[in-house]
Amino acid sequence: MTSGANNNASMIEIRDLKKTYKVGEIEVHALRGVDLSVARGEFVSVVGPSGSGKSTLFHILGGLTPPTSGTIHIDNRDLLAMSEAERTHLRKTTVGFVFQKYNLLPTLSASDNIEIARHIAHKTGPRDPQFNDMLGLLGLTGRLHHKPRALSGGEQQRVAIARALVNHPALLLADEPTGNLDSENSTAVLTLLRDLNSRLGQTILMITHNPEAAAYGHRILTMRDGRVV
Amino acid sequence: MIYRLVVENLKHRPIRTLLSAIAIGVQVTMILTLVGVSEGVLGDMATRSRGTGADILVRPPGSSVLAFSGDMPQGIVGLVRKEPHVVLATGTKVQSIGNFDSITGINLDEFNAMSTGLRYIEGGPFKGPDDLLIDDVYASAHKLHAGATLNLGLQWRVAGVVESGKLSHLFAPLESLQEKYSATNKVSVVYVKLDDPQNMQAVIDSLHLKLTDYKVFSVDEFVSLISVNSVPMLKTFTNVVVGISVIGGLFIVFLTMYTAVLERTREIGILKALGGSPGYVMGILMRETFLLAVVGAIAGILMSYGTQWIMRTFVPTMPMFIVYRWWPWAVLIALSGSMIGAIYPGLKAAKQDAIEALAYD
Repeated sequence: MTSGANNNASMIEIRDLKKTYKVGEIEVHALRGVDLSVARGEFVSVVGPSGSGKSTLFHILGGLTPPTSGTIHIDNRDLLAMSEAERTHLRKTTVGFVFQKYNLLPTLSASDNIEIARHIAHKTGPRDPQFNDMLGLLGLTGRLHHKPRALSGGEQQRVAIARALVNHPALLLADEPTGNLDSENSTAVLTLLRDLNSRLGQTILMITHNPEAAAYGHRILTMRDGRVV
Repeated sequence: MIYRLVVENLKHRPIRTLLSAIAIGVQVTMILTLVGVSEGVLGDMATRSRGTGADILVRPPGSSVLAFSGDMPQGIVGLVRKEPHVVLATGTKVQSIGNFDSITGINLDEFNAMSTGLRYIEGGPFKGPDDLLIDDVYASAHKLHAGATLNLGLQWRVAGVVESGKLSHLFAPLESLQEKYSATNKVSVVYVKLDDPQNMQAVIDSLHLKLTDYKVFSVDEFVSLISVNSVPMLKTFTNVVVGISVIGGLFIVFLTMYTAVLERTREIGILKALGGSPGYVMGILMRETFLLAVVGAIAGILMSYGTQWIMRTFVPTMPMFIVYRWWPWAVLIALSGSMIGAIYPGLKAAKQDAIEALAYD
């Protein structure tokens, strides 16, 4: 068991990160110069009002959209220099996503939702024992052959977490992971994220509106008007 | 794993999948039915030509292989009879009565001698000038029996029902037919029986010399000429139907897959968030299309047995063959049309912006 928060090596290094969207004729400055460092093994919560740039930061960190300027490194890899194909590869190998709406594929069982992530990452053969242990920790044993519609919100989110971690990503990005859950399931998911961080040293960056949820992280960053304040 | 996703996606919308597969199947059936009827009708014609028992047949100058229209003087029959090695020659008059049907005027005694005889299922030979013999296929198609009257533009009485497979579906006395249709002393085909088939070429060569410009075939040669290529425009028509099928299949698959892409926008975003490349996303759509087209093609082949049953039941005079050698072509045509139809929806899915897709409700 390791506590990644004590590891000083940087997982995320961001300097003066800017992102400008064009919506019709209008330029929207979603990020106006973000500076951020997240250590390997750290669990960081990002809070802020709607429109503060949290989701844009999430999307850039996940390689879903390129930044406009600045420097951004994840696991010592420069995202700004990456092509579309390289960002796709980053999502496959380095970053795992957990979304507010779970985003499971509705036609596949829980088990197959996890397997599809392995398939995309070209991983074949049986899952490693460490991951199977984690499935036990997630409390999903016995629910893996059900399709999402047969699972509760809490179960679906735990499947989404398992899917995000099956390829052992260096960074887990969670966007409002408890946004659709009741308080009991929210507590279960947040406790789980903290356990994964403390037991496995999983680096986690979690976006949330909820101060109680944010408190599960090692530290809380607040964003406002496209900057970390 | 990817095939499980493909199968589950198709199973997720069973009605849409079923209708799309049937629609693809219909184009396959359409092709197989057209080819089957073409070959069936021509095959039936070849069988009936062999059923005459003749070795050689003589046709008027300028006549085509398949159209028995065109007449020649009946005196030709006598000329042919004088040829060495000819043991029997009989003239027949083919009179079209529309709807692909025709009545063949025969000299019954001569025809029986050549063909080893018509076998009567009901009734018997002609007794009068208005008598008609019909074969069992025609009788079954038109629910006719011996003694019935039949209006084919002119009024006829069914004297007998005979076994099919010899020359025609409808027979009338030669002289009567010639008279009724103002073709006295005219015949369409002269069928010739030889003493020994070994003398075939010698007789054909001799007839060619005497009957310049007339068409003289051995029955084997004539049967070999009965093909799709001999029917004017049939090959072109088949190509047009194939083209329409490809375009039809293309549009069906385009609409099916385009709808699927719109419906699955979020799922496409999920796959991209998991690291799925544009090629991976497109590959799923193309595999779905391939599977849909294969299922549709199999359904089309099975449905072609259904159209064969329909033809046999309702239009028995137009037999339909199941042409196995066309199965791979029909499947290939369905597959290519479908795959082309899936390209645009596939590209749309591949180019889908992941963030927009994930935000899609």
